[in-house]
Amino acid sequence: MMKAVFRRPKSMFSVPTHYCPGCGHGIIHRLLAEVIDEFGIREKVVGVAPVGCSVLIYNYINCDMYEAAHGRAPAIATGCKRVHPDLIVFTYQGDGDLASIGTAEIVHAATRGENITVLFVNNAVYGMTGGQMAPTTLLGQKTTTSPFGRASKREGYPIRIAEMLATLEGATYVTRVSVHSPRAIIAAKRALKKAFEIQINGLGFSLVEFLSQCPTGWGISPTEATKWVEEKMIPYFPLGEFKVPKSEKSLK
Amino acid sequence: MSEKVLITGNEAIGEAAIQAGCRFFFGYPITPQNTIPEYLSYRLPQVGGCFVQAESEIAAIYMVFGAAGAGARVLTSSSGPGISLKQEGISYIAAAELPCVIVNVMRGGPGLGGILPSQSDYFQATKGGGHGDYHLLVLAPSTVQETVNLVMDAFDLADKYCNPVMVLADGYIGQMMEPVEFKKRPSKELLAKDWAVTGAKNRPRSLIKSLYLNPEELEQHNLKLHKKYLEMAEYEVRVETYLTSDAEIIIAAYGTVARISKTAIKILREKGIKVGLVRPITVFPFPYKTFADISEKVDDVLVVEMSLGQMIEDVKLGVCGRAKVHFYGRVGGMVPTYDEIVREVDKIKESKA
Ligand SMILES: Cc1ncc(C[n+]2csc(CCOP(=O)(O)OP(=O)(O)O)c2C)c(N)n1
Ligand code: SF4
Repeated sequence: MMKAVFRRPKSMFSVPTHYCPGCGHGIIHRLLAEVIDEFGIREKVVGVAPVGCSVLIYNYINCDMYEAAHGRAPAIATGCKRVHPDLIVFTYQGDGDLASIGTAEIVHAATRGENITVLFVNNAVYGMTGGQMAPTTLLGQKTTTSPFGRASKREGYPIRIAEMLATLEGATYVTRVSVHSPRAIIAAKRALKKAFEIQINGLGFSLVEFLSQCPTGWGISPTEATKWVEEKMIPYFPLGEFKVPKSEKSLK
Repeated sequence: MSEKVLITGNEAIGEAAIQAGCRFFFGYPITPQNTIPEYLSYRLPQVGGCFVQAESEIAAIYMVFGAAGAGARVLTSSSGPGISLKQEGISYIAAAELPCVIVNVMRGGPGLGGILPSQSDYFQATKGGGHGDYHLLVLAPSTVQETVNLVMDAFDLADKYCNPVMVLADGYIGQMMEPVEFKKRPSKELLAKDWAVTGAKNRPRSLIKSLYLNPEELEQHNLKLHKKYLEMAEYEVRVETYLTSDAEIIIAAYGTVARISKTAIKILREKGIKVGLVRPITVFPFPYKTFADISEKVDDVLVVEMSLGQMIEDVKLGVCGRAKVHFYGRVGGMVPTYDEIVREVDKIKESKA
């Protein structure tokens, strides 16, 4: 007897994605779909897609969805959740989307303690528009708009979103994970599951920051990109939980 | 039995929305519309609704996007600078074909401008406002009672066309107290919103979006939107004509200015000058035909606005060169008085003598 050990999550459409080889978005989509399946909540889930490489996430995840304007997903999620508190609402946002143009929206959604889950994909560049500097671009990192390498005097410092949002009273769960290795991916899934569980239990705002490979934007191979996450990104963006529910026990 | 209550225009807007079944409001404070959110912040919870003071007008309009997409009747209100910030979201709402109601209690601009009444946002309201090829349906009340009626209608129209509807008021209407009646409407079945995002249970999933990367698809989408605007022009035009049948001169004005013009017309008629008024109630779709018809009968149309000439462009399109179009405007929060209007009409009359 053959036993299936690996299959496409039910919440994923059976189509190839448009992502570049080695891109982290596909991995994170899959984790999202697996978590939706495992909680059996597909019919209650509403997603908000960002502007960025993952704008077409709705072509891959089979649930009700909105497509937001650049940076505004948390406000749309707020409007939806206020109308239907019983739905499970998530936003999926890149680092240009969430950490630059949409900083006000994410800070205040967290401040209000909106009971939503945010998947924040930090790949240190603007992927979709061609690899420009992002607010998360590392010091010294060359991009198409920081051709000399990011210098703090000229371009300021990379922003640590998870640490910043963790200071907000309204945020319940804030964590940073990575998808550069199988081991990291397993931990990332655990964090994402916890984030959704917090929403399902009505405990408030949860955000998972994913460090994610963008080989195209970084101008290196997929293998080099996973190494770059390990060697360059993680030292500046440490992995771990920055805020957990006041009583971890409140999770069933 | 409904009875009359004495209420300001702003509070009347809030109450009318509630009576029309609106249970969600998202906004940000700005004068002279603050009493709308203040009123709704205590009234909405009383009726099981939800009021959120957003971090900005940008966030507020996207909360409206989210709530409208989730199938709710939803309202936001603001004034000039705040409406400017909302324009991005309004474009997305029009593109995604979501029904909602937006109130602009106009104040003087540009920039921070002032906080007193004006009609400076006519272009912004009627010609799109944000990016892309789209229109709002725009209703311009001139009394508090009419504001109540139009706010209620606005929700029905928004649902009917799956389009944002703007109520274009000014600071006068917002702050003025008048006795109004909230007439019980024949309870209509609300239109089913089977496109809304509610969780994909026992149905294909819903998707609310505005991105069409394929130019042929985007053109089809643009044409579909355009068809709605043509339908609005065919079925939704509202206009009041006042003493026009024997008029030799027509005043064109909307909102507060139309009210003042009526007083001027009374005085002019006592002096023996036959003047009438054409008052657009929908400024998009604009009553071009009324102006076309009028221009067959009179030689002079005087447009009066609290701007330096915005609606006049639409009046000219309607008149199409068949009558002379004159203009009088006050700006910055200054309001044209009836004797100023009388004087302008006198000037037209003299120039013909
Ligand atoms: C208001 C607005 N400004 C700019 C853009 C152009 N734009 C599209 S995607 C993008 C950057 C997205 O980068 P990020 O959020 O990091 O996501 P990634 O593509 O890297 O996944 C920009 C600037 C836009 N669509 N809208
Ligand atoms: S540009 Fe980067 S983020 Fe975008 S699909 Fe390619 S690898 Fe992924």
